[in-house]
Amino acid sequence: MTRLDLTQFPIIQKILYSRWPQFLVRAITLAGFIFTILAGILGSIVGSHNFAIIFVWIAWWTALKLFFIPFGGRSWCSICPIPMPGEWLQNGGILQPSGKGIGLRKKWPKVLRGNWLQAGGFLMVGLFGALTLTSARITAIILLAIIVLALLLSLIYERRSFCNYLCPIGGFTGLYAQAGPVEVRVKNAKVCAEHAEKTCYNACPWGQYPLALKSSANCGLCMECLRVCPTDNIAVNMRPWGSDFGPKTKHRLDEAFLGLVMLASVLVDSAVFLGPWGQLKTAAYEIGSIPWFIFAGIFLFGALVVLPGFYAASVWVANRMGNIQNSFRKSLSHFSQVLVPLGLIAWIAFTVSFAFVKFTYILPVISDPFGWGWNLIGNSNTAWVGETTTFSLFFQVILLSLGLFWASRVARQISDSTKQALPLIAFCAVFNLSLLWLLIG
Amino acid sequence: MMRQSPNILKQNKLKQWTRITILLLLCLVILFVPFPIPDAPPTDRHIRIEASMFQFTPSEIKINKGDHVTVDLVSTDVVHGFSLDGYNFELKADPGQTSSGSFIANRTGVFRFRCSVACGNLHPFMIGKLQIGPNLLLFRGIILGFLAIIVALLSIKTKK
Repeated sequence: MTRLDLTQFPIIQKILYSRWPQFLVRAITLAGFIFTILAGILGSIVGSHNFAIIFVWIAWWTALKLFFIPFGGRSWCSICPIPMPGEWLQNGGILQPSGKGIGLRKKWPKVLRGNWLQAGGFLMVGLFGALTLTSARITAIILLAIIVLALLLSLIYERRSFCNYLCPIGGFTGLYAQAGPVEVRVKNAKVCAEHAEKTCYNACPWGQYPLALKSSANCGLCMECLRVCPTDNIAVNMRPWGSDFGPKTKHRLDEAFLGLVMLASVLVDSAVFLGPWGQLKTAAYEIGSIPWFIFAGIFLFGALVVLPGFYAASVWVANRMGNIQNSFRKSLSHFSQVLVPLGLIAWIAFTVSFAFVKFTYILPVISDPFGWGWNLIGNSNTAWVGETTTFSLFFQVILLSLGLFWASRVARQISDSTKQALPLIAFCAVFNLSLLWLLIG
Repeated sequence: MMRQSPNILKQNKLKQWTRITILLLLCLVILFVPFPIPDAPPTDRHIRIEASMFQFTPSEIKINKGDHVTVDLVSTDVVHGFSLDGYNFELKADPGQTSSGSFIANRTGVFRFRCSVACGNLHPFMIGKLQIGPNLLLFRGIILGFLAIIVALLSIKTKK
């Protein structure tokens, strides 16, 4: 398949090889992160007047889904500030490893590997989302807790264990990066195989060995392998979307689980935040109350029983219709590839409704980030209620059809026959129809 | 592998572009062609909507195209607003007070109405739905979804 190696362009090569540009961007995101925590703690309790709420849940969350992942895979991870302090301590240096780093460098427990904890974390985001998304204080506390946790774990465990196994956003971006158009791969496998030192593997904060990379899910695009390779054998490729999918690619059960959690979360978020059901919103918000427990029970039952049950049933039928009977567990993992394009486009469609309406809040909170009555750039009073336009509704219909097209195509590609793909396509169609109804019904 | 002649390659490309053009036209037809559904005769509608933190009651309303709609917005707790997407129509009601306004429902579809006065943490998500006439976009979306499945299946070349 067609690939365009970006390192062949001297300017891009220079930018990627030098640690400075990435460090500067990460320094800015770290400063923004700390500022967000301060704004959340010290600023106005009115969410729409607080930088923390608008920048985390409207600007950044939207940019992640509409820009970073669809056009750059895990590109956000390459500039994420959360692992920075821990990495400085591990490396014993700010810009590059000095060999005097501190930390126990233990291996992450085998039993906790995979996407299970990240999926659990995302379920928590869904369960407590109504409060988190509307309370600047809670948002700030969560951000602070995350950066402290990442720091502590980096002192105990090796490399980016927090990002690899715990960060819910890492799980989200990793899952959907498989559909993204960027990958790091080796140029010539033979050169790597003959190189005994494995400098790339030793330098990779993600613990990846580029020669063995078959999926972009766990590569954080940090470019360290590119910088340390003595034979200039690492390529940063632009590739067709969805290149990690195929009949022979390997997938795991935890990926399937994460994909299903994402689908359940987008449905629940659409119902809670965009639906007309006030009692549902209140139930999701009043944590600890009886309505909240009912909401949490229904959400968890849907996310852990109904949706996985429906998926398992379609996989079971698909498996029966195949020429070769695989084990049920293997099929659950293999066919989970359809959940990736389906979920990615579903989240994008949700974001069109969720965030576009609230973009009018961005300039006012830049003008008055703490909600203290400042007017730094003269825009503090320009927010208005916002509305969904006819264009955005049509755009969502087109997006969801595109998602169904992509998922159906992947289903057919990874199946023996059209007959085998049909149960999976039926699953995708029912999910898409539900979301279509929630968004434009 | 046999190399195809430039003529065959050109023909294949032409065929591919023809298919893409037909598909795009089909999508446009599905999205925009008018459905022959007769409109119900317009009537006068008087709708009382209660606003409380963080919901409108009723939160889902169905009316017909051309209806002359009068909305009475009653706030039962704090100050609430009512802003209707797609219509330049806005009301604001103080606690215990009623605020009224009218408009002609001349555009069909499903329109969200939202609270336009900050009323608490969940204010940005205080939303209701007004359906004017049938929700044709939902039907169009379903048809487009079926087309997406068919095209996806046809787009895969199976090995013989």
